[in-house]
Amino acid sequence: MSQKHLDTVSHAAETPDAEQPWAELGLKQDEYQRIRDILGRRPTGAELAMYSVMWSEHCSYKSSKVHLKQFGEKAPASDAMLVGIGENAGVVDVGQGYAVTFKVESHNHPSYIEPYQGAATGIGGIVRDILAMGARPVAVMDPLRFGAADHPDTKRVLPGVVAGIGGYGNCLGLPNIGGEIVFDPCYQGNPLVNALCVGVMKHEDIHLAKASGAGNQVILYGARTGGDGIGGVSVLASETFSDSGPAKRPAVQVGDPFQEKLLIECTLEVFAEKLVVGIQDLGGAGLSCATSELASAGSGGMRVELDRVPLRDATLSPEEILMSESQERMCAIVEPGKVARFLEICEKWDVIATVIGEVTDGERLEIFWHGEQVVDVPPRTVAHEGPTYQRPYARPDWQDELQADAPTAERLKRPVSGDELKAALLTLAAHPNQADKSWVTSQYDRYVLGNTVLAQPEDSGMIRIDEETNLGVAIATDGNGRYAKLDPYTGAQLALAEAYRNVAATGAKPLAVTDCLNFGSPEDPAVMWQFAEACRGLADACQVLGTPVTGGNVSLYNQTGETAIHPTPVVGVLGVIDDVNRRTPMAFAEEGQLIYLLGDTEDELGGSAWAQVAHDHLGGLPPKVDLERERLLGEILIAASRDGMIDAAHDLSDGGLAQALVESCLKGGRGARIVVPQGTDPFVLLFSESAGRAIVAVPRSEELRFTDMCGARGLPAARIGVVDGDSIEIQGHFSVALDELRTAHLETFPALLG
Amino acid sequence: MARVVVDVMLKPEILDPQGQAVQRALPRLGFAGISDVRQGKRFELELDGPADEATLARIREAAETFLANTVIEDFTVRVEEEAK
Repeated sequence: MSQKHLDTVSHAAETPDAEQPWAELGLKQDEYQRIRDILGRRPTGAELAMYSVMWSEHCSYKSSKVHLKQFGEKAPASDAMLVGIGENAGVVDVGQGYAVTFKVESHNHPSYIEPYQGAATGIGGIVRDILAMGARPVAVMDPLRFGAADHPDTKRVLPGVVAGIGGYGNCLGLPNIGGEIVFDPCYQGNPLVNALCVGVMKHEDIHLAKASGAGNQVILYGARTGGDGIGGVSVLASETFSDSGPAKRPAVQVGDPFQEKLLIECTLEVFAEKLVVGIQDLGGAGLSCATSELASAGSGGMRVELDRVPLRDATLSPEEILMSESQERMCAIVEPGKVARFLEICEKWDVIATVIGEVTDGERLEIFWHGEQVVDVPPRTVAHEGPTYQRPYARPDWQDELQADAPTAERLKRPVSGDELKAALLTLAAHPNQADKSWVTSQYDRYVLGNTVLAQPEDSGMIRIDEETNLGVAIATDGNGRYAKLDPYTGAQLALAEAYRNVAATGAKPLAVTDCLNFGSPEDPAVMWQFAEACRGLADACQVLGTPVTGGNVSLYNQTGETAIHPTPVVGVLGVIDDVNRRTPMAFAEEGQLIYLLGDTEDELGGSAWAQVAHDHLGGLPPKVDLERERLLGEILIAASRDGMIDAAHDLSDGGLAQALVESCLKGGRGARIVVPQGTDPFVLLFSESAGRAIVAVPRSEELRFTDMCGARGLPAARIGVVDGDSIEIQGHFSVALDELRTAHLETFPALLG
Repeated sequence: MARVVVDVMLKPEILDPQGQAVQRALPRLGFAGISDVRQGKRFELELDGPADEATLARIREAAETFLANTVIEDFTVRVEEEAK
């Protein structure tokens, strides 16, 4: 890409036939032609660099856009939404003048190449997104998916990712309050590293990313620009890893959390003094993205002197500076009269800040390099009017066969005797997907800042946001690639339903949704069908539950060779709780309390943890979704929490009732005596994964009030046992001592990872 | 008997936050005139036998797969006779 002569705009006009590396930059022939049509000449090298990164799948959403529209079109009316999709992150009103912004993003491909830095910079990126809205970041979460737990490469990737998340998040001083860790061979060559951040602000502090007002100054502040991640967006996010061909390996981005901490404090101070008109973080596509998006969203054009950008490596070309993904940088639009104060604050925080340009009256984004013009483009064509594809999609021909292979009693041998049931419960509790995750979560600081109310392994993470009133928010992330593989429409709804249920189980009212849609290659019609179905399912379900999608991220090309990962929509739900003292934990802590099972249990084992662990089987249909039931269950859980009718609640999901009992009992250090209702198959009761269910521990004094409420609202509530002793006893079938269970549940991760 | 030294440095294009922190601290402490700092790691490997080609090849392999993260770091291997 480095050229002997600077490829200026006039040079480009004079040499229309010069060869350009558009294919190497990931552009298709027709896309390159379209750039030529827009400009009326060939693009300069710098323009080509900008278009190629901004029109990459990662930045332009060119394959997904047509399906993502539904999240806006079907969005339920919600008074809580202050800022919707399209900004850096959505903003939700949580009452008392507070607003909360949250978003989940992927950093999958970088984390496979260099696990530590990939995961670390994933945290850095999502934190800056939240910061750019004007919010103070207060917590992070990480939904993670890896290949088989005992695969040698998992031993490379997982510890690196966990250390990276811990290293960056802990240095930044943000608690990590939850997430997921899932193992499945489908993620072997393509782990999923998603990162969520939540931030808090007052309503009046919301900031949007736009550049308006001619004469306003464009200030780049934060770290110097180096060769990090050049081509990272177009190469890393848009191409499948394969063994063939020379490696186009860009310089890995290395994060510096201490620089980010300074950036946070500096940015919040310039916000507080109302010094900025617009602000944008620099993430994927770096300056190309920040300048074109700010200009495009604003009123006019922008003029940038690229040679003013402070560099770490003086040999970088203008193309490389535009594409660099150096971390810990932000771009602000500042009125001329406020520039001096802005720079003063940056200096105080030891943050380098440089005026690199200004907003103009025109409608062009013009970039200069030592006085010579290298970019002259309409910013909208770069940032918001990129190509859009109606990719062909088709239900894969293997889908019927997969769904027909249901895990019936004839197909998969089920445990029958007490000993068999006990063995099944122990095996499940010890499987890496269900086992205790503290090997991972104890590497994260979960309580820094002093406002963490609940953290892993609770159903959702909860943060207090006002120390006087005890107002708080709860967030859960969930996703089940196995369900989604069986039926992407239902699978996406189940992910939402589970996250919604997890938030409600802690006593918080679900308000809004963020999603990270991890799929394979959009050029495969089967994958595109999965994507389309998942979007449709999620948008429909959000409409019923009244929780709009506020933003998120799409990650495509998650595959190794021709094999795509399971479709994996990860859904984050945010809820609000008026008083965090009213929260409901998951632990069974009081002897003698009554255990109620809420919801209906059917023989639903398609995609279940049991089918995976006992038979390595994936087939049939996932559990049915009843969104009205989910909403009712949520209302009951929230009301019971608020009115003190329950002392513990735990949602039923992977591993069904068996796993929920294991977790609630071990957390509280108390056993449970369970009576299988007459006419119920104990195996189905314990291991089915029917949705819309939870277990609760009810103090005897509250039993009548609680059952009356469930009866009046029409929610099935069955008393299945009592908190008692130091074992889990399924009466008439088996009993397992908590010590034995604890050993099975806790020793898996240390044994695997040391 | 020989000592082999493996020096591991971040590749030139990779950000080095530690080196930068040191560089920023130098002028504050009165050490002027230093324009850049890169910080690396040095491993000293004491061999039981001589540093012949086969041994060095194994050490290079160890450096490549374990001592250095070649995604972001370069390394050099050199023999240093044992100091008596």
